[in-house]
Amino acid sequence: MQTIPESTQIDPMAPVPCKVTAQWDVTEDTFGLRLAAPAGYSFQPGQFNMLYQFGVGEVAISISGDPAYPESLVHTIRGVGAVTKSLRNLRAGDVVGMRGPFGNSWPVEQAVGHDVVLVAGGIGLAPLRPALLHVLNNRNDYGRVVLLYGTRTPRDILFQQELQEWRGRFDMDVLVAVDAAGRDWHGSVGVVTKLIGRAPFDPHNAVAMVCGPEIMMRFTGRELVTRGIQPSMVYLSMERNMKCAVGFCGHCQFGSAFVCKNGPVFTYDDIGDLLDIREV
Amino acid sequence: MSETPIDLRSHPFVIDLSESAQERLSECAVGTVHWEPGTKIFREGGVSENCYLIMCGIVAVEAHSPGRDAKVLQTLGQGDVLGWSWLFPPYRWTFDAHVRAETEAVQLDGVKLREYMDTDRELGYEVLFQFSRLVVRRLNATRLQLLDLYADHS
Ligand code: FES
Repeated sequence: MQTIPESTQIDPMAPVPCKVTAQWDVTEDTFGLRLAAPAGYSFQPGQFNMLYQFGVGEVAISISGDPAYPESLVHTIRGVGAVTKSLRNLRAGDVVGMRGPFGNSWPVEQAVGHDVVLVAGGIGLAPLRPALLHVLNNRNDYGRVVLLYGTRTPRDILFQQELQEWRGRFDMDVLVAVDAAGRDWHGSVGVVTKLIGRAPFDPHNAVAMVCGPEIMMRFTGRELVTRGIQPSMVYLSMERNMKCAVGFCGHCQFGSAFVCKNGPVFTYDDIGDLLDIREV
Repeated sequence: MSETPIDLRSHPFVIDLSESAQERLSECAVGTVHWEPGTKIFREGGVSENCYLIMCGIVAVEAHSPGRDAKVLQTLGQGDVLGWSWLFPPYRWTFDAHVRAETEAVQLDGVKLREYMDTDRELGYEVLFQFSRLVVRRLNATRLQLLDLYADHS
């Protein structure tokens, strides 16, 4: 299991008012929200915040910004529930409550010297983005860097401009597949797991980080292990309903672990069997 | 079709086959084909006599419907196999294949391979086994695709 970074917040249960500095549309149902972080705030790739919308409720949102610039705190949010839809209405200058950061982090330090394989499904690219930015900020510390990204249609692709930039780099490989597309899409059509077999990395010296819907992670984990990566080198980020985010309430229990405190990042070694169980 | 000698052995479909099956497959290799984007490799209903081991590129497997844009079911790329309709009667393609990005593939003579498989049952079993694995993988991928994993199911 990953080590838990110290939270930089004094009282982890008390939301701190944060000013919204920007809000923008990413796709039809997804938007970006940038907050001015409180003084001294920092986060590790993979951690999440609890965003509190006064009078509506609170929701756990992964941080999708660059950990090298924690003062500019970016979240990429899918507007599907009452709280996230309400967050979408925020504009620059508005205030939102925030607690965090919480949870452990992607294994960016353990991955030093290894090939890094990031596999994202749908909105799962958002929590992986800080890990990728960290790796690219410290590019010489890593072997090959591969991003495999699967999403629903070309219209649902997140971070389109950035993906094009990453694709244009000579020091990383980016493979994208969509589940459905018309003839105007010139890329791959199919599930993201299909990209694993053709991705250029050394499975015996690779660390994989996977984020997406649970079914996608289950199949991706299997495929990565089939390709030859050790289960202990495959990391998955789990999503559960969070309430307290500090290990008190039990809402996020997953097997014997609390996703908010022991996770959200787990190794396939630790939770692979749990992913196969029908009721956890 | 290129004149360069064909080395099938690096292709994932061939790599797990026995030495003798690899040799037989090499005998069925007609040559390397290069396709430009936009090329129609075959159409639904056409006679299926060949199989293609894709070395690089992107080929879309499509279903057409009159008066509408073709629907892309999946794309195939490096390491994939295009076409198994030559294996089973009535030996007709069930979908269209359309090149999306410059593609290179090794063309196998399916009719010749079928004859080899009919007369040499050991070879037949081995090749069919390999195709079955391929079909199962493709079926599983299609099932995942059908689950529409990234939709908002809330
Ligand atoms: S959210 Fe309360 S224990 Fe995890």
